Amino acid sequence: MTALELVCPAGTSAALKAAVNSGADAVYLGFRDATNARNFPGLNFSRGELEQGIAYAHDQDCKIFLAINTFPTAGNAGPWHQAMDDGAELGVDAVILADIGMLDYATRKHPDLRRHLSVQASASNPEAIRFYQDAFDVKRVVLPRVLSVAEIAALNKDISVETEVFVFGGLCVMAEGRCALSSYVTGQSPNTNGVCSPACAVNYEEDADGRMVSKLGDFTINAFEPGEAAGYPTLCKGRFIARDKASYLFEDPVSLNATSILPDLAAAGVTGLKIEGRQRGKAYIAKVVSSFRQAVDSMADGAVIETDLTQVTEGQRKTAGAYQKTWR
Amino acid sequence: MTETLVMGPVLFNWRPEDWRDFHLRIADEADVDVVCVGEVVCSKRAPFFAPYLPQVIERLLAADKQVLLSTLALIINKREMGGVRDAASIDDNNIIVEANDISAAALLSGKPHAIGPYINVYNEGTLAYLAENGAASVCLPVELGLDALSALAKNSPVELEVIVFGRLPLAISARCYHARAHGLHKDGCQYICIEDPDGMEIKTLDGESFLAVNGVQVLSHSYAELSATVPDLLDLGISRLRLSPHANVDMVTVSDAYRAVARGTLGPEELQARLQAGIGNSAFCNGFVVGDIGSLYRN
Repeated sequence: MTALELVCPAGTSAALKAAVNSGADAVYLGFRDATNARNFPGLNFSRGELEQGIAYAHDQDCKIFLAINTFPTAGNAGPWHQAMDDGAELGVDAVILADIGMLDYATRKHPDLRRHLSVQASASNPEAIRFYQDAFDVKRVVLPRVLSVAEIAALNKDISVETEVFVFGGLCVMAEGRCALSSYVTGQSPNTNGVCSPACAVNYEEDADGRMVSKLGDFTINAFEPGEAAGYPTLCKGRFIARDKASYLFEDPVSLNATSILPDLAAAGVTGLKIEGRQRGKAYIAKVVSSFRQAVDSMADGAVIETDLTQVTEGQRKTAGAYQKTWR
Repeated sequence: MTETLVMGPVLFNWRPEDWRDFHLRIADEADVDVVCVGEVVCSKRAPFFAPYLPQVIERLLAADKQVLLSTLALIINKREMGGVRDAASIDDNNIIVEANDISAAALLSGKPHAIGPYINVYNEGTLAYLAENGAASVCLPVELGLDALSALAKNSPVELEVIVFGRLPLAISARCYHARAHGLHKDGCQYICIEDPDGMEIKTLDGESFLAVNGVQVLSHSYAELSATVPDLLDLGISRLRLSPHANVDMVTVSDAYRAVARGTLGPEELQARLQAGIGNSAFCNGFVVGDIGSLYRN
């Protein structure tokens, strides 16, 4: 069995170094603008920082993947094309793209630059993946988090490109790249602005009963009793009322941890294991990446996987999410 | 520019006979040019109305409607792909297939087809590529504002379409929220979404109407109502106006009203007065098209 490739996030140069030093096989990152899906204040890379990051990573045999995975604005594709041209010029190992127009541009302008299909393209079946392979010579597809392990295994038998799956971190509940919930409530979306449930639209208010109410835009996303930890109001992880009953209708406030099914994912034929969290600090990145490095190495040696990530999970419950069919 | 009124696909799980009767009435009475039929949201529903599909298509064609066969938005397994493959292989000049996943567009490559609102067409580069692939019309994503629509409409190689009425499709998932709200599993869902022919209301904890759940799909609670923007859309050259079917509003009234708006004989206030009774406690929204928060209605 080929060793699984560990693909790790970086939102800062410090996080990039932490990921490289902790055993990342590849680091993915984006420029400091709306061309990538983690367009948060104070995050991401300037051209100069990317150049230094590439040198640092390449020195230690680690690859750099540049995410340009939002959808260019009609009438203003310039910044997205520039991001691609600069990434190619600086020598990134691959670009991660979601938009057909961008894939077309990359194929024509930078035919030799390796292209990965972003999770935001939501390619969930062999025919879709073959389309991106045939049309744009995509070498790897990051699978949307809608597939079970059995479905991933079946999919990999039907296609000849590499697949990459998320194994840890924030969990999208909806099919990625096909969700306008955030812009419905805040005016900003992952596809167009590179943000979901942005902090600038978040408010916490104490109500008459002393409960902490978290709001996104004008809408209440959750309410917490005194003493209860108040989580961030990510829209799809909120508490809502359906049929007169309040519940976490879309998803509980859990995050993804697929450690326990790494052997199944390997057997299903995936190539890349992706860790979410470009918004995370260097200490978190170091802890998570080294844990997964250990897990992947012990798996390659045929040993039992033991990782302890409780320190970084912030008391949040974990789920293997859609990888288990019962999730649906 | 002369408008083309498009009756979108029924997104909800209607009783098969209601589904049939709706389409027969649209064929006989609605002043629309194009009618979409087919299941977009959940493949488990399709077998129920499938027996009525030939009759419905025949009646629509006899009424001189262009028929679009809409296909699934989220395709995960081989059975679902098989259904899309069957649709894509239809060799009938009277029927145009609408792709809602890029796999369907790939299968339809080289023959005229429609692109539905579930395929991400945000810019000219993507539009040009899909036109080259054979797309004749593209129904654009719901979150685009007039600036983007204007840029796309300039020298567009295909006919463009915008959803102007109905709850907006905002998200789709592998998980069924109807089943979840009823304490059921998706595999044993009992087709419970049939209880909510316009979607299941989702409220915030303080009781504010928020979203509507339709099986694996999440819709806006507010009804898109873009009549005030229809003249701008037509001026831009965006000729196709999609009306998304609902059970609680009379869709013949809706199509008559939008036809009148497009012809300049009815204003937004009057249109909304005609439709408000049907949508009950729901609000109208047009925020996306005016470049604002999607849930808002801006004059």
